[in-house]
Amino acid sequence: MTPRQARLLNGLIYLGLMALLLFAARQGLNNYYQRILAVIAINIILTASLNLTNGYTGDFSLGHAAFMAVGAYSAALLTLPVTVKSTLLRELPAWLQGLTLPFPVAIVIGGALAAVLAFLVGIPVLRLRGHYLAVATLGLMVIVRVVANNWRAVTRGAKGLNGIPPLTNLWWAYGWMLLALFLIWRLVHSPYGRNMLAVREDELVASARGVRVFHTRLFAFVVGAFWAGAAGALWAHLITAITPNSFSFLITFNIIVMLVVGGAGSVSGAVLGAVLMTIIPELLRRVETALAMGGTPLYGLSQIVIAVAVTLAIIYRRQGLLGGREIHLPPLVRATRPE
Amino acid sequence: MPSSSYIAQQFINGLNLGSVYALVAIGLTIVYGILRLINFAHGDLMMWGAYLSLFLLANSFLPLGVAVLLPMLVIGGVGVLMERVAYRPLRGAPEVAMLITSLAVSTVIQNSTIMTLTAQPRSFHLPEGVNQLHQVAGISFATLDVLSVSLAVILMVGLTLFVRYTRLGIAMRASAENLRAAHLMGINIDQVIATAFAIGSALAAVAGFLWAAKFGTVEPFMGFLPGLKAFVAAVIGGIGVIPGAVLGGYLLGFAEIFFVGFLPPEFAGYRDAFVFGLLLVILLIRPNGILGAPTDERA
Repeated sequence: MTPRQARLLNGLIYLGLMALLLFAARQGLNNYYQRILAVIAINIILTASLNLTNGYTGDFSLGHAAFMAVGAYSAALLTLPVTVKSTLLRELPAWLQGLTLPFPVAIVIGGALAAVLAFLVGIPVLRLRGHYLAVATLGLMVIVRVVANNWRAVTRGAKGLNGIPPLTNLWWAYGWMLLALFLIWRLVHSPYGRNMLAVREDELVASARGVRVFHTRLFAFVVGAFWAGAAGALWAHLITAITPNSFSFLITFNIIVMLVVGGAGSVSGAVLGAVLMTIIPELLRRVETALAMGGTPLYGLSQIVIAVAVTLAIIYRRQGLLGGREIHLPPLVRATRPE
Repeated sequence: MPSSSYIAQQFINGLNLGSVYALVAIGLTIVYGILRLINFAHGDLMMWGAYLSLFLLANSFLPLGVAVLLPMLVIGGVGVLMERVAYRPLRGAPEVAMLITSLAVSTVIQNSTIMTLTAQPRSFHLPEGVNQLHQVAGISFATLDVLSVSLAVILMVGLTLFVRYTRLGIAMRASAENLRAAHLMGINIDQVIATAFAIGSALAAVAGFLWAAKFGTVEPFMGFLPGLKAFVAAVIGGIGVIPGAVLGGYLLGFAEIFFVGFLPPEFAGYRDAFVFGLLLVILLIRPNGILGAPTDERA
């Protein structure tokens, strides 16, 4: 067996194992746990895609929730049943009114629209650096929310869209997650990924070595936005009701926390951070209601723990848990040495 | 064409909102000037200041002055503490490190408020007489409007004198110029930074009082967006420059009020989008703001 065949076989074995686990989860776990598992997959997509800018090219973006919102709203508008649309959204343009697309197509379109927005916004905004880019992308988030609140014909304003078909199951969530991770992995380990790192480390040197700096940063931003949009679309079809407030600043902050805790600059770090920082707050949320003082639950406790965790992480281990390293799954099948 | 009294009314509103933005923007700009930190938690200190004023005013025997001054002292102390805990350990770290901890501090402040005081908005009652309306030449304004604007102006003048003539104020300006060099010249930068946080936070507490007095309610998330907008104001005026923060604050206050007041009502919902759209335009055409000195550091 050549190394290439061995890699393929190993990949297939792990895929099979995962399919088995997902099958078992769907059979054996109740809806609550299945939902958390799906949220983990979605958060992995979000963190791994934010990593492209915040980890690889070093552009600190705070706009991820904006791209999620674009993906979520556009995909939801494409999958809502025609009957629901005719009652909820009477002012919708006729062509959209009568259109219902298959779920995967809606996800791709949601991601693509987020990517288009990132492209249009990125051309002016990525001329900025550091803090200014952070604030500008935060501004983008505020603008997207304002539009979602006011464009009532399409978004129903503050009431939001509900009755979105619950199409996101574990298969879709993990299927999209694997696709996202695979493509992002291939991207960051390609010459393009090297360019991204070069831009992060030293822009001047990178451009002197022929890296098209702006092009590279824009590309990372757009690809990240595509996956944020796709993840937003998956999320909308998991929680089935979205409002402009669903895409608050807190969402962006939590994705950043996941990335910081896991360690920016590696795919494994993004995955680890997303898994940990989804499960821990979820456990704490139970503590919030269990620790009810004087009858009122301690809402906010889990968010405080997240914030303190990230502060400690930054002070004591700024590189995150993995510090930019990758974890490789142990090969189950080895290539036979050529005799 | 709107009547002249309507225009005057909008002008007073702009002056009011501008005062709040200016006070918050000053705190952001002096901290940014020294540490290159956008303190996202700044607006939340404004929220705490408003809550403190609310509780103090609930005891009706206390004079109004106490409800303004005591929060300034307390929140000033909180600001110093915040710097000590969340920002000082990160001095010299990459600039996004402190940015992230400031986001964390902001969520801690908001959520601890929710935990202890619930997310329910509370109404903010002023003592009798403060809301009394006056008519001068057809323009109506409340005593509160006069109090707010003059309080803001007095504080700004005081700060300007402090920064210009006192040892500590001069040390602050030197540190904003070049922190390392200031340190090497024997300036106690820990003290300077603590002072910057104390002053900025105290001004945020006043801004919280003014905001709550104007809009009548207080809730845990009330500070975040005004904090961001004040940052926009600081950028418009030229970040790091105190007069720039004041100028930017008033410009933004007027721009926002006029946007809502003189455009068809269906645009009113887009006011926040307008503010941040303005930010993007400013960042792209004049990233150093109106009064900011051009630097070679690309924004």
